[in-house]
Amino acid sequence: MDWHQQYIGKVKHAVFHTQKTGRKRVVVSTEENVIASLDLRHGEIFWRHVLGINDVVDGIDIALDVITLSSDGSTLRAWNLPDGQMVWESFLRGSKHSKPLLLVPTNLKVDKDSLILVSSKGCLHAVSSIDGEILWTRDFAAESVEVQQVIQLDESDQIYVVGYAGSSQFHAYQINAMNGELLNHETAAFSGGFVGDVALVSSDTLVTLDTTRSILVTVSFKNRKIAFQETHLSNLGEDSSGMVEILPSSLTGMFTVKINNYKLFIRLTSEDKLEVVHKVDHETVVSDALVFSEGKEAFAVVEHGGSKVDITVKPGQDWNNNLVQESIEMDHQRGLVHKVFINNYLRTDRSHGFRALIVMEDHSLLLVQQGKIVWNREDALASIIDVTTSELPVEKEGVSVAKVEHSLFEWLKLKGTLMLASPEDVAAIQAIRLKSSEKSKMTRDHNGFRKLLIVLTKARKIFALHSGDGRVVWSLLLHKSEACDSPTELNLYQWQTPHHHAMDENPSVLVVGRCGVSSKAPAILSFVDTYTGKELNSFDLVHSAVQVMPLPFTDSTEQRLHLLVDDDRRIHLYPKTSEAISIFQQEFSNIYWYSVEADNGIIKGHAVKSKCAGEVLDDFCFETRVLWSIIFPMESEKIIAAVSRKQNEVVHTQAKVTSEQDVMYKYISKNLLFVATVAPKASGHIGSADPDEAWLVVYLIDTITGRILHRMTHHGAQGPVHAVLSENWVVYHYFNLRAHRYEMSVTEIYDQSRAENKDVLKLVLGKHNLTAPVSSYSRPEITTKSQTYFFTHSVKAVAVTSTAKGITSKQLLIGTIGDQVLALDKRFLDPRRSINPTQAEKEEGIIPLADSLPIIPQSYVTHSLKVEGLRGILTVPAKLESTTLVFAYGVDLFYTRLAPSRTYDSLTEDFSYALLLLTIVALVAAIFVTWVLSEKKELREKWR
Amino acid sequence: MKKKLPLFALFLFFFSLLLFCHSSLAFESDELLVDDEEFGLEGGSKPQIKPHEPAPTRSTTTTTRRKVSDQDSDSKIQFSLEHAFGDSDFVPAGTFSARLKTSSHGGQTLTKLRFSRNAFTGEDKEKFEKLLQDDDFYRIRLPSNTVSPPGRDYIISSVKARCLPREGLDEHFVIHMEGVNILAVNYGAFGACSYPRQLKLPHKWSFNSHTVLKNSEQAPRAPIFAEEVLGENGEGEIIPPPERSFWAKYWMYLIPLGLIVINAVTQAMNMPEEGVQGGGQTQQSAAAIQRGPGSAVRRR
Repeated sequence: MDWHQQYIGKVKHAVFHTQKTGRKRVVVSTEENVIASLDLRHGEIFWRHVLGINDVVDGIDIALDVITLSSDGSTLRAWNLPDGQMVWESFLRGSKHSKPLLLVPTNLKVDKDSLILVSSKGCLHAVSSIDGEILWTRDFAAESVEVQQVIQLDESDQIYVVGYAGSSQFHAYQINAMNGELLNHETAAFSGGFVGDVALVSSDTLVTLDTTRSILVTVSFKNRKIAFQETHLSNLGEDSSGMVEILPSSLTGMFTVKINNYKLFIRLTSEDKLEVVHKVDHETVVSDALVFSEGKEAFAVVEHGGSKVDITVKPGQDWNNNLVQESIEMDHQRGLVHKVFINNYLRTDRSHGFRALIVMEDHSLLLVQQGKIVWNREDALASIIDVTTSELPVEKEGVSVAKVEHSLFEWLKLKGTLMLASPEDVAAIQAIRLKSSEKSKMTRDHNGFRKLLIVLTKARKIFALHSGDGRVVWSLLLHKSEACDSPTELNLYQWQTPHHHAMDENPSVLVVGRCGVSSKAPAILSFVDTYTGKELNSFDLVHSAVQVMPLPFTDSTEQRLHLLVDDDRRIHLYPKTSEAISIFQQEFSNIYWYSVEADNGIIKGHAVKSKCAGEVLDDFCFETRVLWSIIFPMESEKIIAAVSRKQNEVVHTQAKVTSEQDVMYKYISKNLLFVATVAPKASGHIGSADPDEAWLVVYLIDTITGRILHRMTHHGAQGPVHAVLSENWVVYHYFNLRAHRYEMSVTEIYDQSRAENKDVLKLVLGKHNLTAPVSSYSRPEITTKSQTYFFTHSVKAVAVTSTAKGITSKQLLIGTIGDQVLALDKRFLDPRRSINPTQAEKEEGIIPLADSLPIIPQSYVTHSLKVEGLRGILTVPAKLESTTLVFAYGVDLFYTRLAPSRTYDSLTEDFSYALLLLTIVALVAAIFVTWVLSEKKELREKWR
Repeated sequence: MKKKLPLFALFLFFFSLLLFCHSSLAFESDELLVDDEEFGLEGGSKPQIKPHEPAPTRSTTTTTRRKVSDQDSDSKIQFSLEHAFGDSDFVPAGTFSARLKTSSHGGQTLTKLRFSRNAFTGEDKEKFEKLLQDDDFYRIRLPSNTVSPPGRDYIISSVKARCLPREGLDEHFVIHMEGVNILAVNYGAFGACSYPRQLKLPHKWSFNSHTVLKNSEQAPRAPIFAEEVLGENGEGEIIPPPERSFWAKYWMYLIPLGLIVINAVTQAMNMPEEGVQGGGQTQQSAAAIQRGPGSAVRRR
């Protein structure tokens, strides 16, 4: 029923651990700020740590333990290699930002203590690897030198630190690594200036670019002398126009330059001349140099050739020689190779073998050895952006094998319950239960439990996960058009969900992305079939998409109408068909939307005005106008949260019968927006403001008219605010500075205009306004009720369960700071709670008021599991009213089924139908027997 | 010291405005002096409020004006309402005046809001009729800062024109304030505006305005119970379990018992007649009765 999957994200660095102790492992750090130790044989995770969002890993290496440098070079940690326990942690202070560098010299050892050199924040620190003690620190920021490289001189305890002061002054320091003593300091100016990265070619020579990016500058600092040598790129026979950059690499005597679309490998000859060794296209990737036996070096080059990937391992400095050459078949859904790391091992014949760890464009991680992919990990799933669901195909007619299997299973179950089963049978029952072929079938089930979770990831890859067991049904790397090289994906929308007509069409989803990062970048639309995983169509639009609005209308093929708002506030209708436009024309005057400009503190409401006026006639483009605006004063309020109701939420009844036989009518409007603002001073992290200068104002706004229905100030409170809006209530979570605790508040809105409809006679005579259409332009008569409670945890995400008909009571799903999901009954957040509820109220289910919300350990829906890096919780109704499907995602994925009021409408899976049948048969038989017996007895008595 | 200058300027501005008002006869403010904090009920145009006695009304206004200039007029402010028909440009449509109250801790709030609306001109009327025909929007706007209008931007609000006509034109303003800033204005009909909207022309082309100033409410504090208070309450609830009557508790035992007794009595009464069947029957009958009197009867 539940499944849990662990991921790590796209690998940034990998360090191999090949010591003979234990199994072979690779330690990786990823873009999701995960540090993990993976099994080299199977790719499983031995241990894993998810660092915070702001704790970006800058470097990773293995000394005695795994050493990581993170948080912009300010945190250095050591993790125990076998089990991942943290050994020590050091904070490195510094004044200025500089490139964080981590260096673990191989031979600087005193007893068992090896030295770790860290350059960060303008300082160079030497740290002991045993306890993390800072042995010495040297401040370069004081001399306004920005450190570029820390270089260890071969086999000595001296290090070179090189850097720039300004853009043209070059500094080289020679330092004794053991005590930080400055041995020598050389400086020289270079008139051309430096820009970009440096590439270290040997221990005393490096190469960089001048400010024009057309001259390669070779800097050598041997023999206490700094010498510059300029080589014009055009002298190497290369066109230097365009983007030139030096790629960081650690090859000896060689470096890589990227010019526009190709890469150059340039070698430094013994006469200190530069010469081009090889020229490849930009898709080729090179690994760092690996030192294996007796100072021999090797590096790997990965090139693409059609559907194949060629991996060649070359000895250092010798381009024309290959140690290994392999070609592997690669699924084109994985895209290009992004990174490669190599590792050597001893073959059975005592020769050297190489294996490569490859990071692909779709963030997957592969281990390649002997021309085969040994294992792969789909680590794109650690970076989910958006999720939607799709129904599975309807089952075809006919008796399937599964059905026969199912009835067999029923009899086995019966045997089990009647205690007749042999041990083998019991084992078989267990096996079937575990496998439960039923739940992973690729067809729709009666209860609506089986679904496809369509998941969009940062890697631009879409996955379809089967809700039964979480396996990947299909995956699709979105096609990249020529017009756009850095597309980013944003959202998923259900484009076509056939259920009434057009049943032979497959459902499809719409993926909205944009070309570039700014919101003004042109949008990209892709349509993906959810059954086959094929990209049906894709468009590069001329306009941008700031907002996407699915409309509640579908055309004859059940394609949903969508409106895209561009940055000029014009709206564009999709699909671009005449049918869509005729549907849209009918509802023209009833289309409104709102925009929240969080930076400006303005919320605006818009309506459609007319067709776009422009030189190009576009029937699907419409001008809009501003209908209302709400402007928050910049000096006192800042928008930090805006939450609206889920569009597809179902509300069972508007009336709520209270214990006094009274009726309250919920104010149910789809156009409700919850907005939370805080004092600008208190918009930072908790503790940055005094309670007196912090406040939180919450608003409930009708988005058609801009009417503020409810406005309330919490003094001494501040964000972050997490809120959920459902039916007629909103629940939000924030921090109370006065009480030093987190709080959760609930606000419920009731409609008073319908409150008179209590008279039965009136209802019978039809003198009520219950069927009258509701208009936002009527002045609402509403009352609100609020209550506040303390809550122990800070929160990462809040969601609410949703069921098919909205009858089942609701639970709030709270993603806690411990990366777990807690289910909390909505009954605990009921503004009608009081300290001493009356008997009638108790019968209604009102819980006596307490100052804090209870956290019941059994109500963690994730049980003992953690959804590391939790970002979102999605709830989807099943067809069975009592049940809701919950999908929580972050670095990990977790899926479960919840029944907030128990499964009152279905029998459990363990229920044995066969036993029921048997019991009925037995009872009928018993009735017959007793009947016959009593007949006989009666006859006997009559004869007496 | 710095504060005085704008106030002085304001005063000057106000004074010039008064002069202007005097000279232009087109504007005839006839403020109804209701000192209501929330509701500044206001009749916009001349014919609506006491059309039969225009002279005294005017005299009262003059007195108020004098009063204004006599008093510390630095605390009085005015800001204008502008309207637009459909997508036309905004033009002035009325004036709000209010008293600026400075509280002890420096915060400023508006009180005693009054509103006077300019009468519709013939042109306006035509435009409005057009809006009614097209079921289009009637839009208004207010400055977001009342002290230094327009502040950051104008606050816009709109309503379908067909919602307004009733007897006259009924409008309802709810102005949400934060100090001297206007956050939002909710503009609309006074009552319901049922959908589909019917085309209906007003009898009188004059506005009947209602205005409400709203400030933010305080949130209720989280209930803080001392531990022992909670304990007491909890115990207090447990100690007196409402004592139910004897009948309420034991009815399920009493009814069968009663039936058995009744049956036993009837059995005993029938005994002499059934004497033939033997004495052992009595005990047996008691057992039979438990199945209900019906079965006992059938057995006979």
